Order: sequence, then structure tokens, then C-alpha cells
Amino acid sequence: MAKNKNIAESVSANAGARKSGLFEYAPAPESPAAAGDIATSYGHFIGGEFVDSSGSEALKTVNPATEQVLAEFAHGTDEDVDRAVTAARKAFADWSALPGSERAKYLFRIARIIQERSRELAVLESIDNGKPIRETRDVDLPLVAAHFFYYAGWADKLDYAGFGTAPKPLGVAGQVIPWNFPLLMLAWKIAPALATGNTVVLKPAETTPLTALRFAEICRQAGLPKGVVNIVTGDGRTGAALTAHPDVNKVAFTGSTPVGRAIAKQLAGSRKKLSLELGGKAANIVFDDAPIDQAVEGIVNGIFFNQGHVCCAGSRLLVQESIQDELLDALKRRMATLRVGDPLDKNTDIGAINSAAQLARITALTDAGEAEGAERWSPACELPGSGFWFKPTLFTGVSQAHRIAQEEIFGPVLSVLTFRTPTEAVEKANNTPYGLSAGIWTEKGSRILWMANQLKAGVVWANTFNKFDPTSPFGGYKESGYGREGGRHGLEAYLDV
Amino acid sequence: MSDVTTRLDVFKTYKLYVGGKFPRSESGRVYEVTDSKGQWLANAPLGTRKDTRDAVLAARAAVKGWSGTTAYNRGQVLYRVAEMLQGRREQFTAEVATAEGIGAKKAAALVDQAIDRWVWYAGWTDKVAQIAGGSNPVAGPFFNLSVPEPTGVIGVVAPQTGYGYSFLGLISVIAPAIATGNTVVVAAATDAPLPALSLGEVLATSDLPGGVVNIISGRTADIAPTLASHQDVNGLDLTGAIAADGPGAAAELEASAADTLKRVIRPVEEPSALDWTNAPTTDRLLSFLETKTVWHPMGI
Repeated sequence: MAKNKNIAESVSANAGARKSGLFEYAPAPESPAAAGDIATSYGHFIGGEFVDSSGSEALKTVNPATEQVLAEFAHGTDEDVDRAVTAARKAFADWSALPGSERAKYLFRIARIIQERSRELAVLESIDNGKPIRETRDVDLPLVAAHFFYYAGWADKLDYAGFGTAPKPLGVAGQVIPWNFPLLMLAWKIAPALATGNTVVLKPAETTPLTALRFAEICRQAGLPKGVVNIVTGDGRTGAALTAHPDVNKVAFTGSTPVGRAIAKQLAGSRKKLSLELGGKAANIVFDDAPIDQAVEGIVNGIFFNQGHVCCAGSRLLVQESIQDELLDALKRRMATLRVGDPLDKNTDIGAINSAAQLARITALTDAGEAEGAERWSPACELPGSGFWFKPTLFTGVSQAHRIAQEEIFGPVLSVLTFRTPTEAVEKANNTPYGLSAGIWTEKGSRILWMANQLKAGVVWANTFNKFDPTSPFGGYKESGYGREGGRHGLEAYLDV
Repeated sequence: MSDVTTRLDVFKTYKLYVGGKFPRSESGRVYEVTDSKGQWLANAPLGTRKDTRDAVLAARAAVKGWSGTTAYNRGQVLYRVAEMLQGRREQFTAEVATAEGIGAKKAAALVDQAIDRWVWYAGWTDKVAQIAGGSNPVAGPFFNLSVPEPTGVIGVVAPQTGYGYSFLGLISVIAPAIATGNTVVVAAATDAPLPALSLGEVLATSDLPGGVVNIISGRTADIAPTLASHQDVNGLDLTGAIAADGPGAAAELEASAADTLKRVIRPVEEPSALDWTNAPTTDRLLSFLETKTVWHPMGI
């Protein structure tokens, strides 16, 4: 206890110092130039070439930290999608016939080039997405490379993956990914698809297309056969054209539950295989015997990592009633030290909200939280004048019926509920249509295992949160979608089994 | 005193099997079941949407107990069902022969295979976690384990066609779903519901808890859409869904299931070409499992 108190005192002393301007962190900006040249406009990457769209409509991608336009990119038309699917179909015969050991080498090459160019990619991702450079550099890019390494090794070992001998690829995979982890989601989709012998058409999100287009260059550097990877940019209309294309054999989607539902409906009656990674409303459950400081770090990581733009974010804090005050005091002290601002500053903890539309959604839902009677708290912090920003926010006095306890906010907003018994914690945790992830904080091992067993969630983090690894299957229960990505399980989505 | 005594058979009133009990249909109605030549066999209850909803309630209530029991125990319960099936071999042989219009010898072979298949799935209960789960070697100091868990309540549209569909096919879709800890509501084959309704009697006299398997006879077009749209059904096996358009058609049911993001097994392209005597794979066993991955830090 004495130790905790000392830490608490030093934290609050530090917070005080910040206010007075003493011992303030010096800015540590990453150079935007490290992102390499950003063209003023981009077409698609089809059949190994950068090509113009058949249509004239262009979309703009902005830096969410400055609202400056970074580049124009093509809105993929039905015809563009058709060209890309045709290129992928053409490439499929040779690519799927290639010995697995050769496919593996292409994937190893890609993994290596990603490592070589990781600083460039991290900076570009940070500029296009708004997430802190600390995260793109230390989390996203290492994981992106790791995924390609991991699935590279599967390419010549598929007979041993547990799906029968000589499992077959499906054909052309149409993949639609979200804006919260643009490169990581690309890696999750493309690496297993190529390892299993499929060819792909990938549509990145309309607010974050730049790193996917940069990845196309990497495919060229790796000498990947033309048409094996195709990137078509655009918004939801382009995505719908891709998932509806009759010559696509497999659809993989990561994004919101409503869109996932619409895709499942669209594909009903077709023979296309479908995997969905959808929304979540994870409970992060803290028991009275949890190590408070570690739990606070886990709560902060769980909801403020990537501005809360994480489908598995620990957005509902379930705290045992007996330690509520102590935990919330510690959490507020910790939140007061979070640094919100320039994503390219290496000291930044919380970057920009990805888009004006997302900021509006977060604002609307938090307003609803106040209107429904929950109590709102944010640390004092100055937000930059331009760009899209949202203060790290805590809601207490939240009831299960509140919208902020039921709906995915996808922002740095934590709703706090309480419980008395483990059974009550399980009931509250499972009381959403989602079932993607959950967190448990307690020193008691048997309680962790019992809780993990009861929770309806695809990933359960105990005494940790938001950990990812290519060997570890990830995916949801209930309306958080179906199928798993990562690990041996992740191969199944791209095999005819 | 006549030396020829004629004896009338005692007919059986077939009933639904819901929550371990044998209710009559809420509709109070029945429909005629005939053999392959059109001869009347029995009146089967015409299960309704309400019957189906009641069955889903029973299946939901049974999930916790059934999925919570040990895999070892589930295996023994399933094996017990096979024991009871063996004792009713002659009855099922007769029902399959009339349902599918095949000779007694072929029907007996199908029943034997159905019993053996049930035994095969009984043996899977305590092995599936070992082939579908395991530890993951993550790059960091973490203990990381993936385990398969049941999806929950599964709506099953039993096969309506294919060689051996009426009993071997039926068992091929029920056994894997419950072996992994799910509970099921089964829409029996509309034209051949008698083996399914008799199976209910076997299940009731085995050690299977009530509600784990619920069997509804009637029109697929009434029962299947209720299962597909039900908020509390987590998975849908459309093996016996009608391929044509209209309610009860596979595409329509799959679209309806999308509202609640149910896990769906689609029918094969040509269900009538199915031969249910073909050896099963683990597909059906794995279709209604979720993978749960648990992380914990390692350290001293």
C-alpha cells in the first residue's frame, strides 16, 4: 500500500508540474518526410500495375490531425472491381499451382521488405490514420511483418494443418477492411489468403487507403506474380460491388456489425464462403484482489489504445463495488497523464479521431450518455485547434440499459459499471449481442479460469489486455461475427473444408 | 369357436418431442404420413411456429447443463443412446424401409450404420477439444490457449432426400451438434418424420437431459423460417432446406439468419445425390463450435 501511495504521489506531482510548465516533455516529432512521397492522386493496383479508374469520381483522404488533404484516390466503379476480379481470376491458376514452398518464399520476401520499410510505413500510417507513431512503430508494423512471416511458413505445410490432406484454395478472395488498423487488417487478410493459394482483391477503407497502395509497391518489389494481389480503393459502394461480384469465391470482411449483417444477407444462397469480424463491447472486469496499478494500466490500454478505435476495446469497465472508489481515483490520476495531440510526436498517447464522421458518432453517443443520466469525466487537457480530437472520457453511474453500455462507441470513452459477485460480473459482461473479447483482473487463478469459461467472448485477456499475435486465433462469438483470424484456425477461412 | 383368431395392431399416436416430454402439437392438427407408395402409415403432429418457439425455449434452457457437463459424461450419455437404438433396431428398420421404399435388408444396414455413426460421434465428445484447440506459441511471455466451445442452440432442418436420409441422415446431423455441447431443435423430414419421432422416444429413455434434442414434425415451410429468424437460435443447419424459391427455401432462410448473424451450414448443391452412407468428416462437428482464446502473462 505504501508503495502505491508513493506512485500516486509522484504521478500527481508530475501532473502538477505539467500544469505549471515545469519538466514538460520536449516535443519529439517524427519527420513526416519519412513517409516517403505521397502522390497527389492514386488509381487502383490491378494486375500488377497502377491503373486509372474507369470512372471519374475521386475521393480525398485527409490527415485527421490537421484536416489537410493528403491525396485524391479513385472511387472504384463496378467496372474497376470487375477488372480486378478478372485479374485475380487469371492469376489464380498459376498461383494456386505453385508449390507451397515457392508461395512461402514470396510471403517471406514481403515480410522482409515490410521490416525494411517499416519506418516509412509507420509514419505514413500515422499520417493517414491519426494514430500515434508510438503505436504504428511499436505495435502495428511489427505485427504486420509477423503475420506475413507466420503465414509464409504455413504455405508448404497445409497438409498438416488439420483440414485433411491436400486442402484446396477457394479461388478469388474479396476482402474489405476497416480504417482502424489499415495495414494490420490488410496483413490479417492477405497473408493467409496467399499462403493457401488464393488470389485477392482488397478494398481498403475510404479514410485510410495510402498504406494499402504503398503495400502494392512492396508486392512489386517482391516480384509477386501479377494479379495475385489487387487493390481497389473506394467507399462502401466499391466494397458492395466487390462482395457481390459473381466471380468472387470468398468474402472476408472486418468492420461494423450492421455492414457485416448486410453482407451475410447479400451472400445468402450463393456458394461464397464468408468470414466476418464485427463489432464488440468488451467487458474489462476488475476484482477486489486485482493489483490496482497493473489493472489501471490494462484499463487504459484497453480503451485508449488507438483512440479506442478497436473492435475488441475494453469499453465497459466492470469493477467490484468494494474497490470502486480506489480504482476510479487511480484511473483518473492515470488518465490525467495521457498526452493527447500530434500523432507524429513520439510522446503522444492518444492521437486524432480518424474522421469527422467518427467524431460526430462519438459525440452523439457521449451526449446520449449524459442525457441518460451517467456522469461524465475527462481530465483537463488542451486539444489542438484543427483536426478531429476527443478527450479521454470516463462515464460513471452507468446502467446496463444506457446506450453507452450497449452500443459500440469506437472512441476513447469508457463506461463504468459495478458488480458484487463473480456471477453478477458474468451476467453483466455477457449482456450484449456482441461477444468479441473480455478482460479479467484478479490474482486468483482458479477465478480467472472459471470466469474465462463463463464469458461469451472469442478472446479473453486475463491480467493483460489488447495483446495480439499471428499464432493466436482472434474472432467473435454471437453478433461479433464468425470465423477466426490468426493461427492454424485462420487458414480455414481460405480453404475448401 | 373359431380357430383363427385375428388380432388388430395397436397403432401409436406419434407426438412431438420437446423438453424431454411428448406434447401434442399446439395446433391440434395432424397430417398424413404415407409410405413411398402412398399408403397411409400414421398421422404425424403438424408442428407449428408456436411449437417451434417452445422447442427453442426448451433447447435454450438445456444449454447450460449440457455444455457444462464433462465431455467424458457427454460421451457416455451419447453411447447410452446408441445402446437404446440397438434395442429398437427392428422398429427403425421397418420405419426406414417404408419411409424410403427400400427392402428390409438395405434398411437394416442403414439402421446399423446409423447406430455405429452415433457411437462414432459419442467418442468425439472428449477428443474434439484436442484437435480443434491447443496452446499458441505467441512471441512474448504469455500463456495462450485456444479451446473450442459450443455455439449454443442450433436449428436443424433434417435431410429430406438422399440415400438413407430418413434415419442415417437424421442422426448424421443431430449427433455432431450435440456431441460438442450444443442443443438442437430439429425440423424432421416432412415426408418421412416417423423415424425422427421414434428417435425422440429413444432419447427420452436414454440419459440425455430433456431439451438437448427437440423434434418437431410438420411442414418445413412453417418450422424452418421460425428457426432461421429466432433471436435465440445461434446456428442453423440447412441441410434439408428446400432448394426452390419460397419460404423454407435455403437462400431465404440464410438471408433471414443473417439478421442475427447465425452460423449457417448450407445445403449441398444436389441434396438428392447425397449418399448418407459415405463416411463423415469432422466438418459437422466443427461447424457449431466457437474458438475461445485465453491469454495470461507469465512471470515470477
